[in-house]
Amino acid sequence: MTAVARKKADWSNAMFVAPFLFVYLSLLIYPLLSGMVLSLFKADLFGGREFVGLENFSRLMRDDIFLQAVSNTFYFVLLTVPPLTVIPLILALLLNRTTRVAAFFRGVFFSSSVLSVTIVTLIWRMILMADGGFITNIRAFFGLPAIPFLSDPNLVMISMAMITVWWCLGLPMMLYLSALQQVPRDIYEAAELDNSSWWRTLVFITLPSLYRTVVLVAIFQVVLQFQLFGQPQLITQGGPNGASRPIVLFIFEVGFRRWDIGYAAAASQILFVLILIATVVQYFVTRKRAK
Amino acid sequence: MTPAQTKSVRDAGVLVALIGLGLIMLIPLIWTVMLSLKSNGDLLRSTANAFHAPYTGENYAAIMQNSQVLHWLFNSVIVSGLTTLGVLILSSLAGYGFARLDFPGRDKLFLFVLFGLAIPEQAVIITRHQLFSALHLHNSFPGLILPGLAAPFGVFLMTQYFRAIPKELDEAALLDNASKFRVFWQVLLPLTVPAQATLGIFTFLSSWNDYWWPLISATRADMFTLTVGLASSQINFAQTSGLGYLMTQAVFASVPILIVYILFQKYIVKAVSGAAVR
Repeated sequence: MTAVARKKADWSNAMFVAPFLFVYLSLLIYPLLSGMVLSLFKADLFGGREFVGLENFSRLMRDDIFLQAVSNTFYFVLLTVPPLTVIPLILALLLNRTTRVAAFFRGVFFSSSVLSVTIVTLIWRMILMADGGFITNIRAFFGLPAIPFLSDPNLVMISMAMITVWWCLGLPMMLYLSALQQVPRDIYEAAELDNSSWWRTLVFITLPSLYRTVVLVAIFQVVLQFQLFGQPQLITQGGPNGASRPIVLFIFEVGFRRWDIGYAAAASQILFVLILIATVVQYFVTRKRAK
Repeated sequence: MTPAQTKSVRDAGVLVALIGLGLIMLIPLIWTVMLSLKSNGDLLRSTANAFHAPYTGENYAAIMQNSQVLHWLFNSVIVSGLTTLGVLILSSLAGYGFARLDFPGRDKLFLFVLFGLAIPEQAVIITRHQLFSALHLHNSFPGLILPGLAAPFGVFLMTQYFRAIPKELDEAALLDNASKFRVFWQVLLPLTVPAQATLGIFTFLSSWNDYWWPLISATRADMFTLTVGLASSQINFAQTSGLGYLMTQAVFASVPILIVYILFQKYIVKAVSGAAVR
């Protein structure tokens, strides 16, 4: 009887997935849905709640601080995604060998990735700050003036991008390395027999076989960098003049400093849609690769 | 030049480039360690003093006596440890269920779980914060741990792993009239140890480094994790007279996670590669 009984769809089998589903529904799906509902209300911390329809969203579209945060976020994504796609690729190409030296350098380039954002910002403040930072000290040695990395509105996002590239390049490097491992060995052997130069092998064999990984890394980084928060929150609090305030910091300030929670929930929906678009693109790219 | 010579010239060039890039990578870390080894008074006069002796271990001695920092370390260990344990249990059970057992709506439910991968933590924060307020869970260990358990990535990873195990193994055991839970526990689970290690280290790292949720949920200093505690120490950064001590905190907070990284390097590599295929 077992064979038949086992094949039959059985409610009791769902017991195995029930604990996770309970946590998932109550802590992720419920907050997501109730956040969507909340975004249609004018609500504060003290339970005051008034249905306003799409008023929060049209208020967002008129809110210069929010629009600045959106444009800051896009600017930051634009500043970080290309270097985070290309530099790790170069590193992976240099480090794709089995020597101990290569293993050591892989460790060096990945080490920053395991640090928390609070450590990273503390470290980089000591590098970038105009008064006594590492770069200021080096420039002073050569008689050069300090650069206001963190207080110049035109430089502050570039500084945030620099910090982020330093912090995040380990993971894409590892992804490229594991993709390089999957390029069939015999293609390289054939190229060697043909006396193909190192450069030609790179351009005609290695890079084309990495194409999908490059696209994947780029989208993965877009999703990740859209969520910028800790670096500006800890170093500049979004300043000077809001020049380094990203969307997530806007949500944080409106939701947890001004307690205008309906409005913050509306801003969260916009972030969700932006990230959802990038994730859907990523899903289709990954699926194609699997075929 | 012979091909062999060309190759060795190229290798030397690669090495020089790597050393240069490696230094850019390491200078911030080295500078932090140098600052942490200077007395606070010395740095107050000029941070350029960190380039030369005298160095001192007094900041490190001070941190060992700072019960608050040690308390944050303890909180981080509890939160990350229990989050990891919880994720492993929930993901393994669900992974087995989705991969091996049949129940109505299973495949739709699995897709529904995958949808969760697209939900950023930041988008649910307002209402999750309200939910935890209503349940009086802020400033408590359950409050810090529970959100980490709603992680669809673990379920996805474990389901894939269970699917890859040959079906003959559990079918034979089921024919012997073993219960489904015993098959899961005694036959299949031991085979998933590599996936458990990968998922475990991935979860531990992200929980240890999480800043967003504990920043919002833990508002009392005695419930801070190390990450949030270190953030609270930098708030008055401009006025601080204890620069060397602050840098020592950064080093102190990095050491546990760097040890974990070195010990589990192999699994971390697997975890990040796995994270990409999701």
